[in-house]
This record gives sequence, structure tokens and C-alpha cells, in this order.
Amino acid sequence: MGPGSELASDIRLNTLLNESDRAKFQDAVMIRKILNTSKTIAIVGLSPNSARASHFVGTYLASEGYRVIPVNPRATEIFGEKAYPDLLSIPFAIDLVDVFRNPDECVDVAKQAVQIRAKAFWLQLRVVNFDAARIAEAGGLQVVMDRCVKMEHGRYTGSLHWVGMNTELISARRGQRYI
Amino acid sequence: MLHAGHIPDAVTGARAVPIYQTTSYVFEDTDKAAQLFELKQYGNIYTRINNPTTAVFEERIASLENATGAVATASGMAAQFTTMMTLLNPGDEIVSSSHLYGGTMTQFTHTFKKLGVKAHFVDPTDIENWAAAITPKTRAWYGETIGNPQGSILDLEALADLAHAHNIPLIVDSTFATPYLCRPMDWGADIVVHSATKFIGGHGSSIAGVVLDSGKFDFSSFATIADPDPAYHELKFYETFGHYGFLMKARAVTVRDTGGALSPFNAFLLIQGLETLSVRMDRHVNNALAIAKFLSEHPKVEWVAYAGLPNNRYHALAQKYLPQGAGAVFTFGIKSSNPRRAGKEFIEGLHLFSHLANVGDARSLVIHPGSTTHQQLSDAELEAAGVSAGMIRLSIGLETTEDLLWDLDQSLQATSA
Repeated sequence: MGPGSELASDIRLNTLLNESDRAKFQDAVMIRKILNTSKTIAIVGLSPNSARASHFVGTYLASEGYRVIPVNPRATEIFGEKAYPDLLSIPFAIDLVDVFRNPDECVDVAKQAVQIRAKAFWLQLRVVNFDAARIAEAGGLQVVMDRCVKMEHGRYTGSLHWVGMNTELISARRGQRYI
Repeated sequence: MLHAGHIPDAVTGARAVPIYQTTSYVFEDTDKAAQLFELKQYGNIYTRINNPTTAVFEERIASLENATGAVATASGMAAQFTTMMTLLNPGDEIVSSSHLYGGTMTQFTHTFKKLGVKAHFVDPTDIENWAAAITPKTRAWYGETIGNPQGSILDLEALADLAHAHNIPLIVDSTFATPYLCRPMDWGADIVVHSATKFIGGHGSSIAGVVLDSGKFDFSSFATIADPDPAYHELKFYETFGHYGFLMKARAVTVRDTGGALSPFNAFLLIQGLETLSVRMDRHVNNALAIAKFLSEHPKVEWVAYAGLPNNRYHALAQKYLPQGAGAVFTFGIKSSNPRRAGKEFIEGLHLFSHLANVGDARSLVIHPGSTTHQQLSDAELEAAGVSAGMIRLSIGLETTEDLLWDLDQSLQATSA
């Protein structure tokens, strides 16, 4: 059975995960659903330094229309949004928790993400922690691991293609915005 | 070859790839413009940096090579220059195979010297030579999948393993193989470059090159990729972009600053070429093997160097890395008391083979390297590059095999012994 009207894609490159973990934590349909339904994204480890990767991702997501909430105990405000020391301190609902932390810090972040009833838990490229994934999953969250939110957004909106990257998307159907 | 990198245009539905013949792109607003310049948004700024038609070529060839991405360049020479200028600082060194296109050897030896980069050349066939040439300044190894012109085959897997043991990236020029015959990254190569002028374009119409990265090499100890970049407001490319840090730096700094970008029209012609790469390469290698066999049995031929022939010293490597065919460019020598004169007579007696300095055209080509492509090299360099005085190089095209055999035979018969 094919994916019907959904875009068919098998994204294999640039990950540490094996095939079965990719199917579980990098499912393309799930990733597009997360990016299509999330409005508020908390970035744990968002740096105020504009040269850091987390800042690139935060700036990008904000300019794409998401509300980006910085979570960083050493910052007070990042691009106009008040920063919070941890997820538990955020006084409103969060759809997606995006994590730029060392893998060994991710279990705590997963527990907090469950506690605040976020809908999805996303560990950035090269951040892999299966215990954290299990905790978030058990708490009812969708889990993505070892992928970059910005790159995935760019993959399905077409902009990643413009910088010569291999998006691994193949379709003879008329183009559309998948996000 | 037909679909990767291009999803039909949402607005017009155009099935073929449109040619975006434009220098620049209108910004959405000032904030987005600023973010584009800071590389915080992916998007089009200026065709010297990227272009939607060129992007289709880049993604398509990246897909074929199993690469994480690609940067197209104005020529094959620009592709290798872009690669080295992205990786190296003055004072750095590279180790390169000596079985190289003469122009590459000249670029590495003389142009790089002006930039403070030293190239050590080694006979690529003995793996010990590569390790022996390493110094604390070595930052890259470089070789051709099928060496030009002598047709040696690089032992990609062994070289990649050894390079990685020394934390050195292996760069492979895979022009003669094309991704249809060999994908060096599947054997461990980190960066692949092509002169896309050759079989990729396939019709002798466009000068072009491309740089591809597997995304697997750890560049964190490479100052040029990992350190804050003063040419890009102290951005750390490797930390920020990870597996595509090298390519982002190659595009946003090296090509931006040196200007060797591909034109969108040439990108379109390369895309047309790629669509038929597999059927053309099958025909190229079938013709090449038939001609190599014919020549090896011809009374006026002294030797034939084609790795597709069972008695060739590189045959086992060709079977491993190029199982569908050992390419369509090879050399041979005429049996003669005066090989230089015999070579000249032979070339002048041909009717179908075009005498010119290129390979990988749809048409068959012939040249005498000693007096043309490799003429800048000294006798010693010629010998190191495996080029003998009477060597004739053929690039076998898509013509009917019998027509090519007829032409070679009639000219050989007329050549004086």
C-alpha cells in the first residue's frame, strides 16, 4: 500500500540511527505533521550568541511564523522573547520541545516535556538518547531524534534544495508546499 | 537521473527544468534579506552563490553519488580549486596521486605554490607511498578513480581506510568513472569532484564542474572549516552546519569570493546530459571494450592500457570498483621505430575520431598527450605521470562500433613502421 496522496519519501542520509530506529524516530509523515500542527516551539539550549547553531534554528523558525520560546537559565531574553530557565517555568502551553543539549541531559528535559504536556519532543541532529525518547513516548509525545528542525522544515518547503543539498525527495507530481 | 532534485513547478506545472537565467532574486522583505545574508534562511541571493536551475543539477548529482549535497562550479579545475581553497590554509600540504590530468598537476604544483600550499606527488599504485608522504601539515589526499591518461585504478577502499586512520579526508576526482560506473563515497571517499564537462554533460557542449561531500568526515580539527571565519562574521561553519559545513563554506565563502560559479544555461545542459547518463555510459564502455580488444590484437599496436582487458594490471581493481565497465578513455602505443612520428601520422590519418583536447564527448576523440595536455610537464614529470612519447589517448564515443574499428584500422594500416 502506497502513501496515497501523501509525499512518498525515504530519508536515509546523515543520521546515526539504524533503519528500524529511523522508521520510529524520523518518520517523514510524523515530522511533517509535527511541523504543520505546532505553533509554539520551546528551544531548550537556545543560545543568545547569534553565531551558534541553536540561534540559527531559532531565528529561522521565528521567521517562518512559529512562536519560539527560549529555554536557557543563563539568558533573560532572546530575539524579543522572554527566556525561561526550564520548561516547567513556562506559564503557557508548548506544542514542540526542541532540544540542543548534550545527550546525557536529555532525560531530565524529557521528563519536563511530559510534565508540561507538550505534544512533541525533538532531539536535534547528533543528539541521541533512547531513554529520553522512551520517557517522552510513554508520556504520549511524538518523538524525533537525530534530525534538525530547520533542515526538515527546509526539506519539505523546498528551500533546503536551493542550497544544493540532497533532500532525498523524489516526486513527479506537481510541486506543492508540504508544510 | 530523471527525477532527483526536481519536483515539477507548482505554478506553471512545467515538466522540464526551467532555466532561471537571472543574476539575482527579489527579497521578500528587509528582515528576510538580512537573514539570507547571515545564512539563517536558505534561499536565493545571487547566481554567483546559487541558482534554482543549478540547484537541480546539484541535487541530482548528489543523489547519484550518495552525497549529502553538491556545489556546482564553472569547470572541473574550479571544482578542485574550490575544494582545496575551502580545506587548506597557507603552509598546509596535500598528497596527490601522480597519475593525474596534466592541468591538475600544474594547478597543484605551480598555482598552489603561490598560495603557500605544497603538493607531494606519489605513485598511487603502492599504498605505502601515500602513508610515507604524510607530514604533520598534510590536510588532504587526492587521486583520480581512473587515472588520466594511463588508466590506473585507485584502490579506493584501502586508501580511504588509511586516510581516515590519519584523520585525512580522501578527495577523489571521478570524472572518467561517472557515478553510473562507480560511487567513490560508497567505498569511503569523503569528497568527490568531477569535471562535468565530460561524460556528465556528455555532448562536448559545456565546461562545468561539481564538488560533492559525503557529510561523514569530521572536520572539527580543520581550522578552515571549524574555526570562526573572519570572512563570514566569525561563523563556525562546522559547528553550525555539521555534516554540510564544508559545502556551505565552499559555497558561501570560496565560490562567493573566487567567482567560479556555473551558469544556469550550462546547468540545464548538464541536467539534460544526466537524464541519459546510464544508457550513454553502457554504450561508451561497450564500444571501448570492443575497441581495446581489437587494438590489443592488431599487428601494428605495441600495447593497450585499458583496465577492462583481463591482462591489464588494474583489471582486478576495475572489476571491484567498476564492474559495469572500466570507462571509455584509454591509451595505446603504435609499434614503430619512431613512435612520435607514428603517433602523428596515425592521428592525421583518422576520419571519424576528432583530434582535440577533451574526453567524454558523444563523439570519439583522439589526442597525443605528450605534445598537448601534458606538454607543460618536464620529461621527469611525464615519466612520473606515466606518459610515454608515442602514447595515443582515445575517448570512445557513441558511434557504431564497426565504424570506429574501420577508422582505426585504416589509419593504423597507413602508418609507417
